[in-house]
Amino acid sequence: MDFNADHFTLFGLPRIFSVDPLALDKRYREIQAQVHPDRFVQAGDGERRLSLQWATRVNEAYQTLKKPLSRAQYLLHLSGHEVDAENNTAMPSEFLMEQMEWREAVAEARTACEQDELEQLHQRVRQRMNTRYEQLADLLDVQHDYPLAADRVRRLMFLEKLLLDIDDAVASLEA
Amino acid sequence: MALLQIAEPGESPAPHQQKLAVGIDLGTTNSLVATVRSGLSTVISDELGRPLLPSVVHYHADGSSEVGYEAQSRQAIDPRNVIASVKRFMGRGIRDIAHRESMPYEFEDAPGMVRLRTAAGVKSPVEISADILRTLRVRAEASLGGQLVGAVITVPAYFDDAQRQATKDAAKLAGLSVLRLLNEPTAAAIAYGLDNAAEGVYAVYDLGGGTFDISILNLSKGVFEVMSTGGDSALGGDDFDQRIFCWILEAAKLKPLSIEDARLLLTCAREAKEYLTPHGVAPITARLNSGEVVDLKLTTEIFTEISQTLVAKTIQPVKKALRDAALSVADVKGVVMVGGATRMPQIQRAVGAFFKQEPLNNLDPDKVVALGAAMQANLLAGNRAAGDDWLLLDVIPLSLGLETMGGLVEKIIPRNSTIPIARAQAFTTFRDGQTALAVHVVQGERELVSDCRSLARFELRGIPPMVAGAARIRVAFQVDADGLLAVSARETTAGVEANIVVKPSYGLSDDEIASMLKDSMAHTKDDALRRALKEAQVEAQRLIEAVQSALKSDGDLLTNEQRARIEDAIAKLQTTALGENRRHITLAMDDLEGETKEFAARRMDKSIRRAFAGKNIDELASSPDSSKSLEEPA
Repeated sequence: MDFNADHFTLFGLPRIFSVDPLALDKRYREIQAQVHPDRFVQAGDGERRLSLQWATRVNEAYQTLKKPLSRAQYLLHLSGHEVDAENNTAMPSEFLMEQMEWREAVAEARTACEQDELEQLHQRVRQRMNTRYEQLADLLDVQHDYPLAADRVRRLMFLEKLLLDIDDAVASLEA
Repeated sequence: MALLQIAEPGESPAPHQQKLAVGIDLGTTNSLVATVRSGLSTVISDELGRPLLPSVVHYHADGSSEVGYEAQSRQAIDPRNVIASVKRFMGRGIRDIAHRESMPYEFEDAPGMVRLRTAAGVKSPVEISADILRTLRVRAEASLGGQLVGAVITVPAYFDDAQRQATKDAAKLAGLSVLRLLNEPTAAAIAYGLDNAAEGVYAVYDLGGGTFDISILNLSKGVFEVMSTGGDSALGGDDFDQRIFCWILEAAKLKPLSIEDARLLLTCAREAKEYLTPHGVAPITARLNSGEVVDLKLTTEIFTEISQTLVAKTIQPVKKALRDAALSVADVKGVVMVGGATRMPQIQRAVGAFFKQEPLNNLDPDKVVALGAAMQANLLAGNRAAGDDWLLLDVIPLSLGLETMGGLVEKIIPRNSTIPIARAQAFTTFRDGQTALAVHVVQGERELVSDCRSLARFELRGIPPMVAGAARIRVAFQVDADGLLAVSARETTAGVEANIVVKPSYGLSDDEIASMLKDSMAHTKDDALRRALKEAQVEAQRLIEAVQSALKSDGDLLTNEQRARIEDAIAKLQTTALGENRRHITLAMDDLEGETKEFAARRMDKSIRRAFAGKNIDELASSPDSSKSLEEPA
């Protein structure tokens, strides 16, 4: 397998889920300081184009590794276990029931214009996700159980979407 | 004892290797130009010592025009031909312009951008802005004593692609080489951050004459990282004037006004607003052409009440920006206030109450954007010493997407993505045998195409006939460091390609720009041909210097033969640049570019390797990520 072009290698970081966020930030800034288009304003067309491509690539890599969900998806992709959420829609019924309940709570709070309630829901979902990410770190970095990790990532995608919907609801109340 | 050298007044005191670069704040109400002199960023004033240039242009029947205070003083006399706040029309269609009926201008609906009918002919907002920019360029060149290598032009962070493109076009038309389009709040953060050695999360609240921006930045060790931005590109101090104007109409029970009287009262409203801040009460007296007399007193209480909804309208994007940055009020270390409109006490109070801290007012809110832009221009022009520099990481303010079946938007690049950024997405055909595909690029957050801004439409033709859903069309978006988008589409099985730089719907075509350039030549004393030659010579010099410095630092990457070829191309360009033939200069530049292409790639590899500190990256640099490969912009 070709390891060479992956985002972890780009930043010189070990290929694990529990990346050191400070090290990631530091490496990102160091590399971007070398390749950013602001460094090549006075250069010729060729160098300017290369700079744009490299800076774009470094941004892409950083964004992927910065957020835990995309980092987990990317790790699974590298290990040959695609999350493939579109073709894996079957989820256990208790999980789906729970999702329904969350969503109803959001819809109710939205109709009743209860902004505080929405923000509390946001906190609760966020906490739930943090616990799940800790479990995911164990699955990916210690047990290397990729099929189970992929399933957990699919569940986290639901929660991530829920979080966005709560934010949308809050925004609509502010408008 | 060594004698100090003192330059003659008006002559540049800078050493000759200093490249002349400026920052320009092209504002709704006022514009400014600034530069870095002896390490200090300073605003360049006009010959009367006035730093601001009112963004007002007066057009005359003979085709001539004036920009600034003189034009501003004619607003009530010749309202149709004195154009103010043109920034509000940049990149906008006629239907986008609010309060159109209460403006004294004659609008013309044109494909893409609205036009204004003046005594000097029909003008596009780009041309009017170019007249303002040209005045600033001439002012700067006179003061600095030479031709500028380039300018950083600021735009509201919340400007969309059409508005940014229009600004860049205006600069081109004004004979300026744009080093970078820089977001106004980011420019302010540079000026504030460098002056105060600030570290941590800062909010920049920027309420200008016609636009509102909020940016949340993380400042740390020479890195300015924008975490999120939000705003309203049609909300500013002008709207507060409008509220006072409406209050005057009601309080004085006036009959419908002539456009001259309306202009007069709008000026009274603006003056009252400015007088109110330090005085608490502002008298408003005017004798109208209709014979009616206005004699009112505006108090801070009344003003606060009638402008309450406007103030609230600025807080909403602030909340959204914080949420997008996943931060809360407690995380914000300081709030930098930018824009003349932030002097209003009700704004200060509302921002202070929201952030639970006193806003920072230690920089002149009118000048801070231009000062920051000048610092960035100085950096980009290469005038900074090594070590004394910083890195700017900015974002796009609005999501970019494509129209899919049913008038829905498929988002390709989400708002607040760090630029430059590229994303590609695969699409397919809807009908059996479909051979063409319409690509409609939109910008905005809403789900329906009709609620977003249409940026461009283009067609990909020549798709081989297949059953519906079989074709794979890869549409790639690339946003550059100016926040401008380029889109390309490719059918992957047959390799049919269509490339565009997003422009058509709201921008100007290159032909339009060329004809505007010709028009403007007729009415300015500028010798455009002479200027174009001079520009080519400056460009050639820039390229030569860049290649020479590259040879000096990385010459070891080349074989003797390669080096000789490059040096030969440099010598040829040097000779050509001494001549008067602009086309020959351009060709010689192309030759040098061609000879250094391979060199450029090797240098970039070396830079990255340096950042890697000796990691195993030889293979890495030559095999870019296959899952997200980059499309080269057209």
